[in-house]
Amino acid sequence: MSNTDFVLAIEDLSVSFDGFKAIDTLTLYLDRGELRVIIGPNGAGKTTLLDLICGKTRATGGSIKFKNEEMLGQAEHKIVRAGIGRKFQTPSIYENLPVFKNLEVSFPRGRGVFGALAFKCTDDVSSRVQEVATEIGLATKLDMEAGLLSHGEKQWLEIGMLLMQDPELLMLDEPIAGMSARERDLTAELLKRICQNRSVIVIEHDMEFVKRIAHKVTVMHQGKILAEGSMEQVQKDERVIDVYLGH
Amino acid sequence: MIPTTWFKRHGLASWLLLACLLLVVFPLLFDNFRLNLVGKYLSYGFVAIGLVMLWGYGGVLSLGQGVFFGLGGYCMAMFLKLEASDPITTKIQSTPGIPDFMDWNQLTALPIWWVPFEHLSFTLLAVALVPAILAFVIGYAMFKRRVGGVYFAIITQAVTLILTVLIIGQQGYTGGVNGITDLKTLNGWDIRTDSAKVILYFVNAGLLLAAILVCGWIQRSKLGTLLLAMRDKEDRVRFSGYDVSMFKVFVFCLSAMLAGIGGALFTLQVGFMSPSLVGIVPSIEMVIFAAVGGRMSLIGAVYGALLVNAGKTYFSESFPELWLYLMAALFIGVVLAFPNGLAGLYETYVKPRIGKRKPTAAAPVDAPAQHPAATTLDALPPGLTREEC
Repeated sequence: MSNTDFVLAIEDLSVSFDGFKAIDTLTLYLDRGELRVIIGPNGAGKTTLLDLICGKTRATGGSIKFKNEEMLGQAEHKIVRAGIGRKFQTPSIYENLPVFKNLEVSFPRGRGVFGALAFKCTDDVSSRVQEVATEIGLATKLDMEAGLLSHGEKQWLEIGMLLMQDPELLMLDEPIAGMSARERDLTAELLKRICQNRSVIVIEHDMEFVKRIAHKVTVMHQGKILAEGSMEQVQKDERVIDVYLGH
Repeated sequence: MIPTTWFKRHGLASWLLLACLLLVVFPLLFDNFRLNLVGKYLSYGFVAIGLVMLWGYGGVLSLGQGVFFGLGGYCMAMFLKLEASDPITTKIQSTPGIPDFMDWNQLTALPIWWVPFEHLSFTLLAVALVPAILAFVIGYAMFKRRVGGVYFAIITQAVTLILTVLIIGQQGYTGGVNGITDLKTLNGWDIRTDSAKVILYFVNAGLLLAAILVCGWIQRSKLGTLLLAMRDKEDRVRFSGYDVSMFKVFVFCLSAMLAGIGGALFTLQVGFMSPSLVGIVPSIEMVIFAAVGGRMSLIGAVYGALLVNAGKTYFSESFPELWLYLMAALFIGVVLAFPNGLAGLYETYVKPRIGKRKPTAAAPVDAPAQHPAATTLDALPPGLTREEC
């Protein structure tokens, strides 16, 4: 396959679990600086797609190229180091550690065993932590144990942990699940800010929220792409209305 | 920054207390015989603090620490045995100059892999490295395949059984079920004398205290934080760009190395090494040391090793039949009733009372915010730690 300008080029990607094709010859391209939202009914394969990109699930066929480099078959930590960050559906943070430590541990230095032993929280690390904490609105709660944060704050903290790594591609699985209206607003603003120098893929169900953030929307159904385009285009699509949006 | 203040506040004080107990109180209090017994218990302290790192911090339960304890012990025993088997003392054998059990088993030459153990420097390296290398091989094979939890524990049990069978079966090379006995001198220094035993006790205590400091340093490094993070959300660590398996391999090797050093000190102080000290039951007992003392606390684990061993000596002399049941009851009781062991009891009941006098630690609600490191390093909520048994 030829090289492209896309930050992420997925071609003919397939995965099957015991004969069930969760992702079926899917092709998707993502531009640099784009914020793409993936929507679709439950079981459409949205989360599986993210799992495949970040290496959590092994594909049966196809190709995933990140900056023209094949990611399929690479170890998870190598994919992360290449610049792909992924947020899980349920907030996945270290509940027993303070917010500061959560962010500090995500700083991309000292990632080997002996590197971690020698790692020191130098000024550049703590200033980066401060910077990210301000971005996600947790600057005043750095000393707080992460388990004591509200649900929305936990979601932000996990996004912050990804921002610490400064990934070129950020994948967020239902980032506003369980958030209050105000928290949703703040998250929308946050996403708009952070996609300015990176590409972002978001899985989301909340159509209002999707409208606010999406540059482009991809609708998935039964492991395939049903439609792709701007929110207006997608909303008018007959097939999308049939399987997902409803009449 | 924060961890250092924490260590100054809590860790160093209890470390100094332990040091004082081991280096001053015990030697003054006990006669040579009892001090030697304490020294033997303390050699298990190495295994216990290794388990704190591996099980408490790494969340990986190994039921095969006896293997590494035994390997370290056997390495030391091989050196001592070779020194005790010089051609003059063994001149009545058909092949003088080789260990007696080899002669009894019709061996006519020293096996090649015994030869390097004629050198003390090699032996000292082997004591730490042989267990670590075996741990690396097992750990790499298991953790890379994401084998963990109960399955890993079962595999370590299997390794323990294999090693025991191997030692007992290869009598000519290992001394078989009797083990390696009649050890006399270390580079010409008689280890059986009272003065040698006192010196070995101090060497043991000193090394143990140093090992606690090293482990404490590892706990406070980013690696320690990562181990705690992995126990909580392994996938998050993995998808933050860390090769989770290598961190587990490291901590498994560390615990093996500590156990090996403990084993070597055991051999030196007790004067023999045998397969009965390596097998499945001793391996499980080692886990009990850490569980009773508190698997999140290095210092607690040393007390655990001391108390359980002292209890074992006392009860197995007085009620030999009862001891095993008592030991099992102790383990079950600890896991059910106070999963953080003695250290956990201290954290929950004693420290708050002491803290009442100090204004900083008075309000429990403020505690996590003010001493984040303290809460994460020593007093995890019981629910979380219990799940991983």
